[in-house]
Amino acid sequence: MSFVVAENIFQSYGDRPILERVNLEVDEGEFISIVGASGCGKSTFLRLLLAQETPTHGTIRVDGNPPATEPGLERGVVFQRYSVFPHLTIRENIVAGEAFKRPWGRLFGAEAKAAQIRADATLARCGLDHVADQYPATLSGGMQQRLAIGQALTAKPRVLLLDEPFGALDPGTRLAMHDFLMELRAETGMTVFMVTHDLEEGFKLGDRVLVFDKPRWDPTHPEAFGATITYDFDARNGGIPFQTIKEDTHVLRPQ
Amino acid sequence: MRLINQKPGPALAFFLAALPFVLLLIAYAIGSYYRLLENPNDKLLPAPSKVFETAQRLFTEGDRRTGRILLWHDTAASLRRLGIGVALCAFFGTVFGLLIGLLPYVRTTLAGFVAVISMIPPLALLPILFIMFGLGELSKVVLIVVGILPFMIRDLSGRVMEIPREQIVKAETLGASTWVIMLRVGLPQLMPRLIQAVRLSLGPAWLFLIAAEAIASDQGLGYRIFLVRRYLAMDVILTYVIWITLLAFIIDWLLKTLSRKAFPWAEANL
Ligand SMILES: Nc1ncnc2c1ncn2[C@@H]1O[C@H](COP(=O)(O)OP(=O)(O)O)[C@@H](O)[C@H]1O
Ligand SMILES: [Mg+2]
Repeated sequence: MSFVVAENIFQSYGDRPILERVNLEVDEGEFISIVGASGCGKSTFLRLLLAQETPTHGTIRVDGNPPATEPGLERGVVFQRYSVFPHLTIRENIVAGEAFKRPWGRLFGAEAKAAQIRADATLARCGLDHVADQYPATLSGGMQQRLAIGQALTAKPRVLLLDEPFGALDPGTRLAMHDFLMELRAETGMTVFMVTHDLEEGFKLGDRVLVFDKPRWDPTHPEAFGATITYDFDARNGGIPFQTIKEDTHVLRPQ
Repeated sequence: MRLINQKPGPALAFFLAALPFVLLLIAYAIGSYYRLLENPNDKLLPAPSKVFETAQRLFTEGDRRTGRILLWHDTAASLRRLGIGVALCAFFGTVFGLLIGLLPYVRTTLAGFVAVISMIPPLALLPILFIMFGLGELSKVVLIVVGILPFMIRDLSGRVMEIPREQIVKAETLGASTWVIMLRVGLPQLMPRLIQAVRLSLGPAWLFLIAAEAIASDQGLGYRIFLVRRYLAMDVILTYVIWITLLAFIIDWLLKTLSRKAFPWAEANL
């Protein structure tokens, strides 16, 4: 049994279909890159994986559990923006990863001390130890995203969802972030879903690259149909060869 | 250089900022001078020097009968009413702002109600308040609360809803309960907004306070102004008006400073 299983997912907003017939099986520890045209429903799919929204049809299960109805500890997330708490210092943002699940959202006494020490270690990993007492607004985009990733990992999720996490970063910072993410992933063995609009990044980081696109296209009503996974590339070995398409694509598969 | 890119230097900026005040004072002095020239007993525009003398007397000399310095007693009474009223509004505004902003059930139940209630002109309710709560302190505080609480709830709940959904979802993925999201995400981000809302509602709060004091009271700044109006004591009225303005300005300045000191993280966003 696969770790994450999406079965026959449909998602519409009003009467406008966004996703249709999305089927996906992912093994534990796989890194899935998701690419596709802007507005085709990649973020929507991520929100469904996160259980921030429930699909119109279909189910998503993690580890065979019943479909989740709301976001929780099992799934961590990093959005392109607004992922860290502006009113908490950098260190407090990391500690929040441990503290928010407590009844008062805080740790007290010795526990708080221990969490701070662990937070400082995490910050050192993220290269943020020198700004631990500052607020996120003072950080650059790359530093904020490192913080967001560090914070998400502190809660030890089993699945990490990244929505264009490096989309707003300059190329140099982006490469550094790739190394950072791959290191963390090797350590934790997490299952990762990453939406990106950069194909190269998708192939470089992912074990598989999923392409979302509309298999049916009505030229007079471009919004009549939703998108689905049209290609599922094997991208291991750094994505070489890119061309190896897994046999099981979902292009126009008859029902 | 374009006008939009021209900025005054520090000295000129100070001069320009002071200019309207000086002009107002000069205009008043001229008006007063000519009226007094025509009729030395004219009470409408007392000379600035007369107002200054009166102010000195009001601030330092006790009442002939009781020896109490009325201005300070009036100030204390008014500030107490204002403080209690605004504090109650801040408290309930925060609580309801968080509940309406974060909980769809509460929002569905109360948002429309609050919107309608906030349309009631509070002063029209004043007679009802006097009948229900008597002519004492309570009705004055209630008028302030009725006058600004609906606005505050609307403002603050709107501010809570402005918190990016991503942050709420993020807190959920860190295992935060509804309670923790309110306490650790909503509340702290609302605090600087609360101070802003208090600053904005202090104007209306003064208005309601002075209205209530004018109609039924035995002390307070508003009471005194309307009392001496009968004797056309413009020098007293002007002293009180300037004093109230100064108080309002100082309170506003204190709140602004507090906000800057207490919420350094909000600087960039506010
Ligand atoms: N909550 C929503 N209500 C209505 N339409 C939405 C909502 N969220 C997204 N959409 C629409 O769904 C489409 C897909 O959005 P999204 O998943 O964000 O695309 P992508 O991330 O691939 O760029 C867009 O056309 C967007 O306008
Ligand atoms: Mg998107």
